[in-house]
Amino acid sequence: MSELTKTLTRAELIEVYHQMVLIRRFEEKCKELYNARKIGGVYLHLYNGQEATGVGAIKALKPTDHVITAYRDHGIAIAKGADVNRLMAEMFGKRTGVSGGKGGSMHLADASVRMWGGYAIVGGHLPLAAGIALKSKYSDDGDVVLCFIGDGATNNGYFHEALNLSAVWDLPVIWLIENNLYGMGTPVEVSSGQPELHKRAIAYGMKDFGRVDGMDFFAVYEVAQQAVEYARTTGPVLIEAITYRYEGHGVSDRIYMKRVEEMQTYQQRDPLIVMEKKLRELFPDIEPELAQIEPAVAATIQEAVRFAEESPVPTAEDLTRNVYA
Amino acid sequence: MAEKNIPMREALRAALREEMIRDERVFVMGQEVGAWEGTHKVTRGFLDEFGARRVRDTPISEMAIAGAAVGAAMAGLRPVAEIMTINFAFLAFDALINHAAKVRYMFDGQFKAPMVLRAATGWGNQATATHSHTPEPIFAHFPGLYLGCPSTPADAKGMLKAAIRDDNPVLFTEVIALYPKPGLVPDDPDFVLPIGKGDIKRAGKDVTIVSYGRGVEWSLDAAEMLAREGISCEVIDVRWLRPLDLPLIFESFKKTNRCVVVEESLPFYSFGSEIAAQLQEHMFDYMDAPIKRVSAMDVPLPYAKEIELMALPDAHKVVAAVKEII
Repeated sequence: MSELTKTLTRAELIEVYHQMVLIRRFEEKCKELYNARKIGGVYLHLYNGQEATGVGAIKALKPTDHVITAYRDHGIAIAKGADVNRLMAEMFGKRTGVSGGKGGSMHLADASVRMWGGYAIVGGHLPLAAGIALKSKYSDDGDVVLCFIGDGATNNGYFHEALNLSAVWDLPVIWLIENNLYGMGTPVEVSSGQPELHKRAIAYGMKDFGRVDGMDFFAVYEVAQQAVEYARTTGPVLIEAITYRYEGHGVSDRIYMKRVEEMQTYQQRDPLIVMEKKLRELFPDIEPELAQIEPAVAATIQEAVRFAEESPVPTAEDLTRNVYA
Repeated sequence: MAEKNIPMREALRAALREEMIRDERVFVMGQEVGAWEGTHKVTRGFLDEFGARRVRDTPISEMAIAGAAVGAAMAGLRPVAEIMTINFAFLAFDALINHAAKVRYMFDGQFKAPMVLRAATGWGNQATATHSHTPEPIFAHFPGLYLGCPSTPADAKGMLKAAIRDDNPVLFTEVIALYPKPGLVPDDPDFVLPIGKGDIKRAGKDVTIVSYGRGVEWSLDAAEMLAREGISCEVIDVRWLRPLDLPLIFESFKKTNRCVVVEESLPFYSFGSEIAAQLQEHMFDYMDAPIKRVSAMDVPLPYAKEIELMALPDAHKVVAAVKEII
């Protein structure tokens, strides 16, 4: 940890924690607004509990590096630097949303920060990640692709085909499995012959960065830094972060609420609590700075909701625009 | 303009090669495109000329071939991916339909996917049930994707170049039986035929025959036979199933008031169904006879040549259909 404080300054660590709190409160607000039917649609997949994984891994990137993920994408988009007002507007289906109100919760993208989107066909974004990485290799621009993968996506053909292709082409991709223990409602052990998912790397002759505690920002950041360096210079890597989602698969899922003990175990190791504790250990005089975070985040969320509510809905022209170039 | 008499596979090769020379972002990827020089030899000599960076052999991974092409296109390259035959493109269906065709719309114009997926199509060579599909209409069902299928070497060159230069994703199918057939092809490296523009392959006044791909050949043969009996057929090759050149079809129909649709594909929910529906919806006042459809029979394709050919459309079936409505 002492080494990490050398690479990340106090201000940067505060910023990281701020971002994790922002994601948590953003998700809580989304749930509230969904239940109040202000956010529509069928799907809302929340990132609560997984903040350390997304923020830790993205912190290891350069701004020009690429990020792509599946449909549990709110936290990833925030961590990559997408505008929170426009993210909330997308939840509301407004014209000012990052995807013009056409993508919704599962399809948040912001090309300006190289957040290539959330994708809602399980595994479907993996070959896209390989293709984006091919562009980097083809142009030799030194950028890498960080591709988040749900544990549930490790068992369809996309996973196999995309990881294998990245290996035979030596593509600069960090494949990061966010193992939150369940693919919808099915435990990993029930769906995977080899539940230690990082071991899949062996099958592709790919560098295996093992398992990391996805509830701990510092742990994720450290392994991600090494993985990014490896991907940038050598080729694709696989990491498995063990994490936990506090909500169901989607907000409509209620089965997860029966997992009381398991939930409590993970909540005791909540990413925000773990991070806050370490910040206090590192900087005994940090209390005043920590105290400013929640009010600042609350103001950001309030402003985002106001922006979303006051934004116009898409028009009939928007309906037919951007089908083709 | 100088022209050469070359087979369709050479016309396609010329188009690809010229575009790779013209634009460094254009590259080819797919099964056997490199050392093997393409299953249909369209990329003959490419590995030597352009090197392994731009001529990329892939594993037999259709989902990843199509999906990686989408990603590379989104990121700024112009991939021309090859799937050996359209039969295997069913495995790439999700990447094509859910991603190639949707990324622009779903993210409201932040991304584009200027990629071409080439695939050989067609049947009639005892290839049997799983290797005999001509499923263009299925892929043409979805907005966001273009679909072209040339019937002549010149069209093949001009259409493929247009597809590569366009900012939209294109599924480009090439009829296997037409690869060796020759035709005059312009040498001009900027010979580009606009996407969505059909072509009158033979002018006539009594009946409009609408077709694409291999069906054009049967239609032209039929028109020749019918001409000897004093029946004048206008043969329209739409070239593109999407975007579809409806104005060209409508203009012809206003003149002939009769239409036969010819396709190699299956009859149910088909190309013919769409043309017939469009004509009855927009050209009802000009209609003097029912729209006839000539297609493959509604069966999977068998191995034995004798019964395989029974299921295949041909010029005689087109002649019979025309005579029913004249």
